[in-house]
Amino acid sequence: MTAAVVTGVGAVTPHGVGVEAYWRGTLAGRSAIRPLTRFDPESYPVRLAGEVPGFSAAEHVPSRIIPQTDHWTHLGLAAAAMALEDSGIDPGRMPEYEMAVVTASSSGGTEFGQHEMVNLWGRGPGFVGAYQSIAWFYAATTGQISIRHGMRGPCGVIATEQAGGLDAVAQSRRLLRDGTRMVVSGGTDASLCPYGLVAQISNRALSDRADPERAYLPFDAEACGYVPGEGGALLIVEDGAHARDRGAGRIYGEIAGYGATFDPPPGSDRPPTLRRAIETALGDAGIAPGEVDVVFADAMGLPEPDQAEADALTAVFGPRGVPVTAPKTLTGRLYAGGAALDLLAALLSIRDSVIPPTVRVGGPVADGLDLVLDGPRPARVRNALVVARGYGGFNAALVARASG
Amino acid sequence: MTSARSAAITGIGVVAPGGIGTKAFWEMLTAGRTATRAITLFDPSGFRSRIAAECDFDPAAWGLTPQEVRRMDRAAQLASVAADEAVADSGLVTGALRPDRVGVSLGSAVGCTMGLEEEYIVLSDGGRQWLVDHHYGVPQLYGYMVPSTLAVEVAWRVGAEGPVALISTGCTSGLDAVAHGAQLIREGTADVVIAGATDAPISPITSACFDAIKATSPNNDDPAHASRPFDRDRDGFVLGEGSAVFVLEEASAAHRRGAHVYAEVAGVAGRSNAHHMTGLKPDGREMAEAITVAMRQARLGPGDIDYINAHGSGTKQNDRHETAAFKRSLGQRAYEVPVSSVKSMVGHSLGAIGSIEVAASALAIEHDVVPPTANLCTPDPECDLDYVPRTARDHRTDVVLSVGSGFGGFQTAMLLARPGSTG
Repeated sequence: MTAAVVTGVGAVTPHGVGVEAYWRGTLAGRSAIRPLTRFDPESYPVRLAGEVPGFSAAEHVPSRIIPQTDHWTHLGLAAAAMALEDSGIDPGRMPEYEMAVVTASSSGGTEFGQHEMVNLWGRGPGFVGAYQSIAWFYAATTGQISIRHGMRGPCGVIATEQAGGLDAVAQSRRLLRDGTRMVVSGGTDASLCPYGLVAQISNRALSDRADPERAYLPFDAEACGYVPGEGGALLIVEDGAHARDRGAGRIYGEIAGYGATFDPPPGSDRPPTLRRAIETALGDAGIAPGEVDVVFADAMGLPEPDQAEADALTAVFGPRGVPVTAPKTLTGRLYAGGAALDLLAALLSIRDSVIPPTVRVGGPVADGLDLVLDGPRPARVRNALVVARGYGGFNAALVARASG
Repeated sequence: MTSARSAAITGIGVVAPGGIGTKAFWEMLTAGRTATRAITLFDPSGFRSRIAAECDFDPAAWGLTPQEVRRMDRAAQLASVAADEAVADSGLVTGALRPDRVGVSLGSAVGCTMGLEEEYIVLSDGGRQWLVDHHYGVPQLYGYMVPSTLAVEVAWRVGAEGPVALISTGCTSGLDAVAHGAQLIREGTADVVIAGATDAPISPITSACFDAIKATSPNNDDPAHASRPFDRDRDGFVLGEGSAVFVLEEASAAHRRGAHVYAEVAGVAGRSNAHHMTGLKPDGREMAEAITVAMRQARLGPGDIDYINAHGSGTKQNDRHETAAFKRSLGQRAYEVPVSSVKSMVGHSLGAIGSIEVAASALAIEHDVVPPTANLCTPDPECDLDYVPRTARDHRTDVVLSVGSGFGGFQTAMLLARPGSTG
């Protein structure tokens, strides 16, 4: 294998359907956080979310598949098809066993599952539908993408909550090293049904502020939790030599480095491990901290995790040593879709030589961070670092590098 | 001289229906005893299939603290006990390991589904409220929603600070998680990986969803004989639960510390049929491809395989699919090598079973005994291999092929080999 490169991108996000809708909204600093509409949130302490506006499954998912799958899988099928089209790959002309799908899944088909639990507990066991067995489980999106596009290679599903998007892409790079030519990778999530929201509320990390402008303020003195969102991104991760040979239209960048660590349990006297994940990723990419042009932060939006992330970044890069941004302040955290979407943002930063902003975060900001605030910052980006953390202690860091 | 890294199994822990602990598990398998019975974990009245293979499992008796019991879904409890046994069996002292070199790769198909359903019942007040009541939300509810919690619990237990992941590829999760752990060792990311799988799906919602597609056996009058892989009279799989967890170590390091090595992971490959979420083509083509690639990776041929631990779920389409896959990938050897399905005894525990079957495979190498296919009385005429009916067999076993097949179309093949038995 030469290098793992990204040759196609697809996204369905709170900024809208498609990559350009995402990027336009992100660069404009337009918040996509709004009152929930998928159900009436009046009775809940959390009423804001980053929902995907204007998504019609009928436009993106084969009609037969729509009732067999959850909204999360609809979003995944849509993003995968966009990414494939963008890459110019015709799966029918590729060796079937050399194409694979590896997605991150955070919570599976939550809304579909709640409907079937209503059928079971409200009506009886005979009322559970035939598709519960294939719609709810965490592998549904990978399976459906594999079937739709005839990809018969070594498929996978990784669940590490919000870190999953990076872990899935890293797993894809492993597959390329073992001879797979291309992998559809990344993740989506859609857990904005009542049961899904209530489960999220139980982790005590969600913001209960009613003002969409002030609800999710990572690194800010007023940080009070995050806003949940739905959607995500899928990428075509391809063997570099193969991409060149087939005359791929665009190479967004290379998956150059990766590191994953796990934090000690709460109450342990051992130090957290995010810094090591970052250093491992830089080492894997063969670069020094000074060669990183931007960091896409995990940005949990709670004082302690924000401070821990700021500490790790400062330890690696020095005080204000690197521009840091969190475009997820506009969308909320998308769980399995979140880190994949940050990786997309990193690749688009490389493409357009611009760092998207972290909006509405005022100050005083965590010491030592050069947060890109308010508006986009023009910058030549060769190496972008994406940082992600998953509930329970997962840390992942990934370096995306400009190609060539 | 190149020193390619490989992954060795140096510890095994099993919590399976019919017996907790590796010793009880192996005794049961080799006795050909079945653990399938009428469901006791919930009242199955009104369900089509009212039988399952359940673990008689008391978490407190196996060392879990009251807070752990409260916090953990049953799947996490099973995995914790299996992980503890595996570590003890390996002789490793986890506190003496470098935490950054220890990883966890745990598989599960349906995560914390029992906890999710139990809490749903309360929050929805018995299914009455679509707008479920958050005031009844327990603190661990979010941990139930994200299956990654299962890997978190195991990582906390063993003090892992290296790469940790939950692998969830449906019914191949148990093989895929061991494969992922072996990969982490091969590539040098970790020196020790606690790898395995767990599932505890014997709950109303899971039973109902398999009822809905008639995948599970309705043989409620004779549960002990309901799981009948490769038998003409089979009528679906029997749901199971359990966990198997392994200590995987870099083989040369394991050798240096004088560890007992059950088997090495010699080769593993996954393929997908891209055909149907639940349907299998009768030709076994993609599973055959996975087997072929796994053999190539292990530098082994059909003649090296001594035993096949089959997926053998006991559905007609599976049994014929994999029989075809063995013939397609192994040729004449498929007819010579013993093939058996432990699901006949411990049921089908979804994502966990792949690891439970790896345990059975490693123990077959350890003891030179292959477990039988229980309840196989009248072979399906289209399944014409040697399925080791009803009675375990003494059989020199250096190399085992273990396969899995699952919803989503995923097919995984793994080769386990006695150390020193491969080139």
